[in-house]
Amino acid sequence: MSIAEAPVTETGELKIVKDATCTFCGCVCDDMELTVEANKITKAKNACVLGKAWFFNHHIEDRPEATIEGRPVTFDEAVDRAAEILMSATFPITYGLSDTTSEAQRAAIAITDWIGGTIDTTTSVCHGPSGMAFQGVGEVTCSLGEIKNRADFVLFWGCNPAEGHPRHFTRYSLMPKGQFLPNGRKDRTAVLIDVRKTKTAKAMDYFLQLKPRSDFELAWALRGIVAGAPVDPNIEEVTGIPLDMLEDLVGRMKQAKFGVILFGMGLTMTRGKHINTEAVLALARDLNKFTRFAAKPMRGHGNVTGADNIVSWTTGYPFGVNLNRGYPRFNPGEFTTSDTLARGEADAALIVASDPMSNFSNPAREHLSKIPTVVLDPKLSETAKIATVAFTTATYGINTAGTVYRMDDVPIPLRPAFESPYRSDQDVLTAIEARIREKQLAAG
Amino acid sequence: MAEEFILIPGRTSKQGTTLNEGKYTDDYLEEISTLQICEEDMQRLGLKEGDHVRMWNAIGEVTVPCKASKGDELPPGILFISYGMWSSVLMGADTQGSGMPDSKGLDVFLEPA
Repeated sequence: MSIAEAPVTETGELKIVKDATCTFCGCVCDDMELTVEANKITKAKNACVLGKAWFFNHHIEDRPEATIEGRPVTFDEAVDRAAEILMSATFPITYGLSDTTSEAQRAAIAITDWIGGTIDTTTSVCHGPSGMAFQGVGEVTCSLGEIKNRADFVLFWGCNPAEGHPRHFTRYSLMPKGQFLPNGRKDRTAVLIDVRKTKTAKAMDYFLQLKPRSDFELAWALRGIVAGAPVDPNIEEVTGIPLDMLEDLVGRMKQAKFGVILFGMGLTMTRGKHINTEAVLALARDLNKFTRFAAKPMRGHGNVTGADNIVSWTTGYPFGVNLNRGYPRFNPGEFTTSDTLARGEADAALIVASDPMSNFSNPAREHLSKIPTVVLDPKLSETAKIATVAFTTATYGINTAGTVYRMDDVPIPLRPAFESPYRSDQDVLTAIEARIREKQLAAG
Repeated sequence: MAEEFILIPGRTSKQGTTLNEGKYTDDYLEEISTLQICEEDMQRLGLKEGDHVRMWNAIGEVTVPCKASKGDELPPGILFISYGMWSSVLMGADTQGSGMPDSKGLDVFLEPA
């Protein structure tokens, strides 16, 4: 039976939700004005094209609240089976979590702790390498507010905010007039370094097109120029960018009053990965000998930054954390989900708000389809289709309150637009955690 | 005759909007399955929009429709496809101890199907 058939209060009146938060991307814009009619958002003032698609397409779907092997069951039966699956595994993994509230993330970590599992999030296939780089060389950081008010030099590297974060330019990094930038865009110099001349390039002052897989060499050449070290002119053959152009770039970076490098997955997903981001973070650090400079990753999902924060303050590490020995162990490559699945190690999985059956490698997908899984998702996905136990949940931010972290680690509260007949991720996970504890305590 | 290219999977605005409409909508499936090739490479390979190409590497193989990239967005030798089920087929499992498989800058072979 579908609980979508259960009566939902419809007043027939318009409801306006002001200062609502969009949780589609890491910008987490919190100035939405939503018009809600009969449990459907019909207007989303201030939302970008992605935000509008997010708000207009998350209405109540007619799906069972819970299923076991595709068969609709009661919530209680599903919770019981989920607890049983996770408790009986020897190497259970918890994964996803970037599209849910921080309160739900905390509950998922608690479950993983009780069962001695491995907690990992979509960060590991996003900016996980940046997390490793932060540990390696540190992070000279700043908030998006500082960028808005101070950054007169903005370098985008391996990212395409024009398509991935459409309001980043207008809210934070390019267009706004800031405290020290009274003329907005005119007071800023904007540069893009990328393999592709994307739509972002059109909004820039300068575009440097580098050859694929040469980010590491480029970042180290720039570091060399910043330090005054001789750099081989053959760098052009490697990166596609002439040395004098790089020298000019460094000159402009040093002249900035406040510079920032905003980097994307062009660095983290390409060969080199964490050493690419390490080099870029070190470049920003080096520039502080001359001026103020920061570097920030452009985060994708609405609360992937929250996932890093919550996993960090609960375990001490940002992702890929094993709790099997009763204390946290962090080791990317060993405890990250893509690896534990592809090597066939995980023997059960709890997956929250993520679709690894669409996004992972063939060996990882093949193994995931063979092990028992508990999947929470508001929408049907390839992962939900293969779930042993599947829960349909409410959409965070649209149906549920809670907290998310913007890409600059600033926590933002959610103001839901309308109630869902489905439970929140947090409620489902808390119920599973309670059932696990009941069973563990009963077993002594 | 197959040629070697470098494939860059990534996000697009349309992928983001159609993702919200649903992963099983025609628009989403079309977006994530369409390979973008620069005009110069399209002409050299005798391809026109909608033609299918076979693309493979040591990991997997897909046959997908192609279209010319807009303007000078792609340099010759570089291909682009939106992230999704098709790009994942060509992605290996090895993460070199990082947790992150090589997901951009993939070496692939391509020929008209």
